[in-house]
Amino acid sequence: MDETGAPLQTGAAGRERIDELGKRTGMWFFLFTELLFFGGMFLLYSIYRYKFAADFHRAAAAENLVLGSVNTAILLTSSLAMVLAVAAVRRGQIRRSIRLQGATISLGTVFLVIKGIEWGAKISRGIYPNGPTLLSLSKGQIIFFGLYFTMTGLHALHVLIGITAIAFMIRFTTRGVIGADRYSRLENTGLYWHFVDIVWIYLYPLFYLIT
Amino acid sequence: MTGPALGRRPDETALAPTRTYVAIWAALLFFLGLTIVVAKVHLVPFGAAANLLIATIKAGLVLTFYMHLRSEGRFLKIMLGVAITALTLIILLTFSDVLFRR
Repeated sequence: MDETGAPLQTGAAGRERIDELGKRTGMWFFLFTELLFFGGMFLLYSIYRYKFAADFHRAAAAENLVLGSVNTAILLTSSLAMVLAVAAVRRGQIRRSIRLQGATISLGTVFLVIKGIEWGAKISRGIYPNGPTLLSLSKGQIIFFGLYFTMTGLHALHVLIGITAIAFMIRFTTRGVIGADRYSRLENTGLYWHFVDIVWIYLYPLFYLIT
Repeated sequence: MTGPALGRRPDETALAPTRTYVAIWAALLFFLGLTIVVAKVHLVPFGAAANLLIATIKAGLVLTFYMHLRSEGRFLKIMLGVAITALTLIILLTFSDVLFRR
């Protein structure tokens, strides 16, 4: 029995019926823990921004708005590729789905490369934890860059995990483990990818637009 | 709420046509442009609040259409509401302390 009270049925290929809602629910619950994980850092950011408003504005002016905005557009586009990849598999368009999953990985990789360029530019200017330039700044600016490295770093780690997961999904899709009647792994990977996108949607104005 | 599409099992999310997903993507890019204008032109008072509102609209679009929350049942929606409410309460309670410290 599923939640609607309908009796168990067999899937299109005669396989045992899959509890799609149950699998998605597990993923959503994991995402709720992720929400509170990032939420704690957003809380820290808001309190320190309240205490050091002027310093936060000055520090954020040093951020590269063009790179940050391009990266936002890239991540939003990768989410489109991801949702289309899930839709393609469900419609039985396996090769199209594999191409779209590959596109999602490529866009995620470009995002990480641009993030690396941004971090590299800061590090070469001595702005890194305990770096010479950073320590010469005011307390509020030091906290801003501390939060910047922590939050964008943990976000980038999530992007990297997402890329790795999608790489596995491409393998599963190629081998037929993921298919039109058995796609929950891909759909859950998509949920994760979109969540990571949402975290960036909030990080972007907080670090690049508050000047 | 949209009813189950033809061939969709009751516990599956409803797919949208490709053009809907692309239209949502265009809307997301529009809001990205709008948030830059709001931040840089300084026309709007409360720019930070406006940018957070725009971010929330973008997040809502991703949740509703890309994460298919639109076709999810009440259970997941309520659970998401509980998670967001919990986070909001944590932030409000912390600020109720921080704002009134001497």
